[in-house]
Amino acid sequence: MRKKIILQTKQISKYFYQPVKFKALDDISFEVFDSEFITMIGKSGSGKSTLLYILSTMDTDYEGELIIGGEKITGQKSDNLAAIRNKNIGFVFQFHYLLPEFSCLKNVMIPALKLGKLSPQEIEEQAYQKLTLLGIKDQALKPASKLSGGQQQRVAIARALINQPKIIMCDEPTGNLDSKNTSIVLETFHQLSQELGQTIIAVTHDNDFAEASNRIIEMADGKLINTI
Amino acid sequence: MKLNVNSEIALTHLLTRKKQTIIASLGVTVGIGIFIFMISMVVGFNRYSDEALFKTESHIRIYQDDTLSRPLIPKTKLGNTTIIINPKIANLSNTLLNPKKIIADLKKNENIVTVTPQVSVSLFYNNGISQINGVASGVNIIDANEMFNIQSTMLAGDIRNLLSTSNGILIGVGIAEKLNIKLYDNINITSSIGVVKMMKVEGIFKTSNSNIDLTKSYINLAISQQLMKESSSYLTDILVNIKDPNKAPEFSKQLKNLTIYKVEDWQAANEQSMSNKKTRQVMLGSISLAILLVAAFGIYNIINMTIKEKLNDIAILKATGFSGKDVINIFLKESLIMGIIGTSFGLLLASGLIKFISGIYIGGDREYFPIGFESSIFIIGGILGILITLGAGYIPAIGAAKIDPIEIFRK
Ligand SMILES: Nc1ncnc2c1ncn2[C@@H]1O[C@H](COP(=O)(O)OP(=O)(O)O)[C@@H](O)[C@H]1O
Ligand SMILES: [Mg+2]
Repeated sequence: MRKKIILQTKQISKYFYQPVKFKALDDISFEVFDSEFITMIGKSGSGKSTLLYILSTMDTDYEGELIIGGEKITGQKSDNLAAIRNKNIGFVFQFHYLLPEFSCLKNVMIPALKLGKLSPQEIEEQAYQKLTLLGIKDQALKPASKLSGGQQQRVAIARALINQPKIIMCDEPTGNLDSKNTSIVLETFHQLSQELGQTIIAVTHDNDFAEASNRIIEMADGKLINTI
Repeated sequence: MKLNVNSEIALTHLLTRKKQTIIASLGVTVGIGIFIFMISMVVGFNRYSDEALFKTESHIRIYQDDTLSRPLIPKTKLGNTTIIINPKIANLSNTLLNPKKIIADLKKNENIVTVTPQVSVSLFYNNGISQINGVASGVNIIDANEMFNIQSTMLAGDIRNLLSTSNGILIGVGIAEKLNIKLYDNINITSSIGVVKMMKVEGIFKTSNSNIDLTKSYINLAISQQLMKESSSYLTDILVNIKDPNKAPEFSKQLKNLTIYKVEDWQAANEQSMSNKKTRQVMLGSISLAILLVAAFGIYNIINMTIKEKLNDIAILKATGFSGKDVINIFLKESLIMGIIGTSFGLLLASGLIKFISGIYIGGDREYFPIGFESSIFIIGGILGILITLGAGYIPAIGAAKIDPIEIFRK
């Protein structure tokens, strides 16, 4: 069976100019297939987050080309990119998770309210479902700021799932989680890719987590060194 | 749907920072309140002083202006010296020719409310050896009353008595006091050309101008013509009142084309008080505008602070698919809500201040402070309040829209 390409980079390079000119990404070309659960590993400072920001369409300052779902992303207007993110990409950030003044439930609902495809009641139902999936339904009505880091991280994952995006990108999604919750997340990701056909790209430090994924990409000094 | 998320986020921001929201709104309240109050005060005072003026002056006066004698050698070529020897006032009489036609023409104009002829006579008021010089207006008392509302200024007597008493006279209270004359007393008047008449005081009036009270009197038109030894066609002025006194300058320009006589609007005749009026307007206007700007700065500050504290939130919103426009929309909504709350209370504050001030007794013929509710000022103040707060929110909101989420996440 030929696999369908969902995301593709063509010779992506990125420079930082502060404090000195520095090539953070060097000629990155790779493909991600539909329904794949892929992990990205590498030493700290190797450029994983930098690459993930470009893949997420938030960083537009790079050389090369990014194609998502057959559509060329490079060069699109920022309002278009925002709409693409809203609909097609769920994102879990490394340290920044939730809007502290809103309840966990609202945090999960907001991207769906923005998308505006379902009624608020339906969205709320879905949000509860995602929170249940990640084992934090009981925290739903608490303000996000009252939760522990690990709980916040799981709410953030639930939020990334709410619009049923084609691709879910995570930067160290289990960084704050104990082994029990890590395995919940791992289980969830497998379920999403296998049963719902969603694609998952996760940056991780956790070798066990990486081993459990479909494919591992390794980075070093801004280059892709090894794809299994 | 989209509107709802943005509103919900805006409301949450405002409600979780109630104290700042209230303080910023309060700034707008004070700004708008004082602004409306001050402008109302200016408008009220101007209206009051105009009203006082119109008790003695018409909107437009048409009269024969003095003309100087022509040069003996007319200026022919450029550079030639023009010689004028002993320039003299050249008009023999200051009468208006064919005034009936002018008046009839004027009455056809739909913008004109009242037209009344007048003969101004310089004269002396005598009682025994006391003497005051002054000016008598020979008028049709009914017309003149329609124009100046003389009856409302009467301390004693009745203007209608002039109709039955041909040698009746209405005098200012200053004249009465100085010559020690009471109602129905007799008074001698001597015109500038020496005609003497015995008049009967049928009324005593008091305007807001003591100088006028000390010089002015009203007599019948026929008597004034006799005082000048002239026929019944003799007139010195035609007084005109129009619908909107503020349009007098334009209207007088129009009239200038129709008559050879001098047409003078009340604004031109009272240059001094007009410039006082302007100074007052500019002064209070700029003070209240400054207060408004301070209020706007309060809103700007709060929105700016909210944005600084919410960089992380803005980054998350943008990452999850909110566009720059949505971010602007959220913060504009926040300032709009504060603007609406602040402005509404500002309107209330202004009403309270106006109500309070208008109850202050100041004496004089107005008795109470000349200020009133001007709906147009409230409307302008309301719109201005909302616009200014929107503007004050817009500037930082644009900055927020430009925030690059990546830069926030990398920190
Ligand atoms: N804003 C920035 N300005 C300059 N250099 C940066 C910036 N962000 C990251 N870098 C550098 O780029 C490299 C890759 O960083 P990053 O992608 O965060 O690594 P990783 O996520 O793999 O730990 C690092 O050397 C880091 O110092
Ligand atoms: Mg990183």
